[in-house]
Amino acid sequence: MKNKSLLHRFVDWVNGDVADDRPGNIRTVGSLPEAKPPKEKPEHTDPLRHLNRQIAAYRVSAVLVCVSLMLALTYTVLCLPTYNDPSAPTNNEVSQRYVEQGMEETGAVNTVAGMILDYRAFDTFGESTVLFTATAAVLFITLSKHTKEWTERGPFADSSKDPILQVVGKILLPMIFVYGIYVVLNGHLSPGGGFSGGAVLGGGLILASSMFGQKKMVRVLSANVTTGLSVACLLAYAAMKGYSFFTGANHVGWEIPKGTPGDILSSGFILPLNICVGIIVACTMFSFYSLFSQVEEE
Amino acid sequence: MPFVNNVPFFSIFIAMLGGIVMPLIKNGRIALRVTEAAAAIIGVLSAWLLCAVVASGESFTYMMGHFPAPWGNELRAGPLEAMMALAFCMIMILGLEGGRRDMFDDISAHKQNSYCLMLNLLLASVLALVYTNDVFTAYVFIEINAISACGIVMARRFGNSLVAAVRYLVISCVGSGLFLMGIVLLYTCTGQLLMPGMDTAVQALAASGEYRVPLLIAVALVAVGLSIKSALFPFYGWLPNAYASATTSGSAVQAGLISKGYVILFIKLIYRVFTLEVMRDLHILQALFVMGLSGMIIASIRAYQEQSTKRMLGFSSAAQIAYIFMGIGLGTHEGMVAACYQILAHTITKPLLFTSAGMLIRSAHGSKNLHDLRGTARKNPLAGVGFTIGGLSLCGLPLLAGFAAKYYLGVAAMGDPKKMLFALLVLAGSSVLNAMYYLPAIVGIWFPADKGAAEPLAEEREDKGFILSTAVFIGLNIFLGVAIGPMIKLIELGLSLL
Repeated sequence: MKNKSLLHRFVDWVNGDVADDRPGNIRTVGSLPEAKPPKEKPEHTDPLRHLNRQIAAYRVSAVLVCVSLMLALTYTVLCLPTYNDPSAPTNNEVSQRYVEQGMEETGAVNTVAGMILDYRAFDTFGESTVLFTATAAVLFITLSKHTKEWTERGPFADSSKDPILQVVGKILLPMIFVYGIYVVLNGHLSPGGGFSGGAVLGGGLILASSMFGQKKMVRVLSANVTTGLSVACLLAYAAMKGYSFFTGANHVGWEIPKGTPGDILSSGFILPLNICVGIIVACTMFSFYSLFSQVEEE
Repeated sequence: MPFVNNVPFFSIFIAMLGGIVMPLIKNGRIALRVTEAAAAIIGVLSAWLLCAVVASGESFTYMMGHFPAPWGNELRAGPLEAMMALAFCMIMILGLEGGRRDMFDDISAHKQNSYCLMLNLLLASVLALVYTNDVFTAYVFIEINAISACGIVMARRFGNSLVAAVRYLVISCVGSGLFLMGIVLLYTCTGQLLMPGMDTAVQALAASGEYRVPLLIAVALVAVGLSIKSALFPFYGWLPNAYASATTSGSAVQAGLISKGYVILFIKLIYRVFTLEVMRDLHILQALFVMGLSGMIIASIRAYQEQSTKRMLGFSSAAQIAYIFMGIGLGTHEGMVAACYQILAHTITKPLLFTSAGMLIRSAHGSKNLHDLRGTARKNPLAGVGFTIGGLSLCGLPLLAGFAAKYYLGVAAMGDPKKMLFALLVLAGSSVLNAMYYLPAIVGIWFPADKGAAEPLAEEREDKGFILSTAVFIGLNIFLGVAIGPMIKLIELGLSLL
């Protein structure tokens, strides 16, 4: 007898408490004390009242958190070594070797290029993959089955008829592209490199697309083409750096000749790596622009 | 250098290449096969590496290029890293196999390759977080991790999952941002980005008391950033919806991989850079302990109140992550070992629950509500068994992984007389709460509300992938629940060689 009542009680518990008679209920909020029944107060007629109060509380607490974080961080910055301080901890053997032996060890006159594409090339591979992943994610979310029908929107939707844009664009566009290519190709010799040159090229592509109209641009540089270019460049990057990571870590030798620092064909893999990074950055910028400025036509 | 030392580099590169070539593979089935093959190769390589490092009894650093520690990027691997890499690859394959049918139903055909792209890059980023010896490399791969995880959440492309993905993206960007600020401050006061150089500099600063405020803020920012990313108690708001609105395999892989990668990175940073003493001096560990304790209770209560199965599992994940951080917060070596055991236990249990719940939800014709799942285990007994084992494991039934982890957490808590009382009380309370929401769910899925309504067998064709993955998951769960001694020894070896 006692067993049976225990079992019954267990069954009731599984079914949700006795108060709740919905069939097939495993367990509801109703099984907690202070559940639905006591909360039905007639004076709270506005359904958004609770939500509005939450939003207000959220705003106040967000401001409080941000202000306290700002104060804490500002105070922290005041405790840090001042800029240009020769005794600062960042002036150590790390930057010293980058600056003093960078040219000799990487073959790049531009120390920054040597740092990001040789000393810390794995990070740069990761960064390029971040760009690729971001493009893929945007494609993932915007592209649907009916991608063939696109219409344009945004500030430059009708700009292909604008005479000022046409005239200025025709003068500027060749210069922008030449400058972008120059910055990419001279990345190991002068300030610049794949990231900055690629950004210039991407800006040029965006200008071109607002001059000629999206539809013409998409014929040349569709999402498939930009993705394909990024994939090819990342694979090339992975092949080159994979080779040098593997040979470097296993002390195999077989190093890529560095050439004479200052020549355009020098510094081992840095020139082709810059080209790869440049193309990836340009493709990413352009595909962000074109994907977000198009609208799906049902 | 023995050839096996190339494994970390190969693992990360195979996963990244697997992601990069995905746009070229248009067929979703082939893309899934390639993803699984990549994970399988990495898994085999990691097992080989694990055997090698356990046999040699030492860990090693691997130069990524021609330049050693303070100048070039480096990887580092030992038993703990290899074991985690192996576990993550296994979860990847099993989660994908278990949720395969849902993946083909939920994601439109021309997007399945992009989904696999995200999965591969997610695995690559988690592997890089596990193996890296460079704090900045960790940040770069945290970015990849965040974007690809968002892609996985929004793969189903309907309202809920988009909202969840946006919320996840925003919160996770805050986490990455705080982590980045922490690294910048650390770099400014130590001048190093690689762990081996940074640790001596941090020790020197902690001993001399110079730059104490920046050091405190930097460590706090890193800790808060990583705990936001891994959904520790006050920051777990993004987790339930992100897990619930992804497709089954996405939820399983996320629950197994994402937050665990960050926790491993955090443990690595504690051992290799900050050290327990400095963390304790700066009172960060105590804060984590309190956050862990509150998370264990509050996330469990939220799970208890939940009606949707997958959101319930999500809140339960948040509670389990709070267990991990409680272990870390104990601030002892045993606490760390227990935290690692909890990582392993949860990383193999939660994906099992998600894949089984996915199958049960299929039997309930897509309804995620708990009361619609009544009796579904009769239709799909294997999924029922999977859900039962997973749930009981998290409740702490002996011979299962969850029990072993909780038991060892309790043992570890004994080591600290001040924290012991709280830890044990909360551990007990949280276990009771776990049982309060898992047991009714388990009983409910086996017993239909009105007798006679349950059809005896599933109408669908047998899903071999699901059978295989559930069997292996259950096997792993029992293995972790039984082989406590050897696994603890392995983890201790791994931690001492970090």
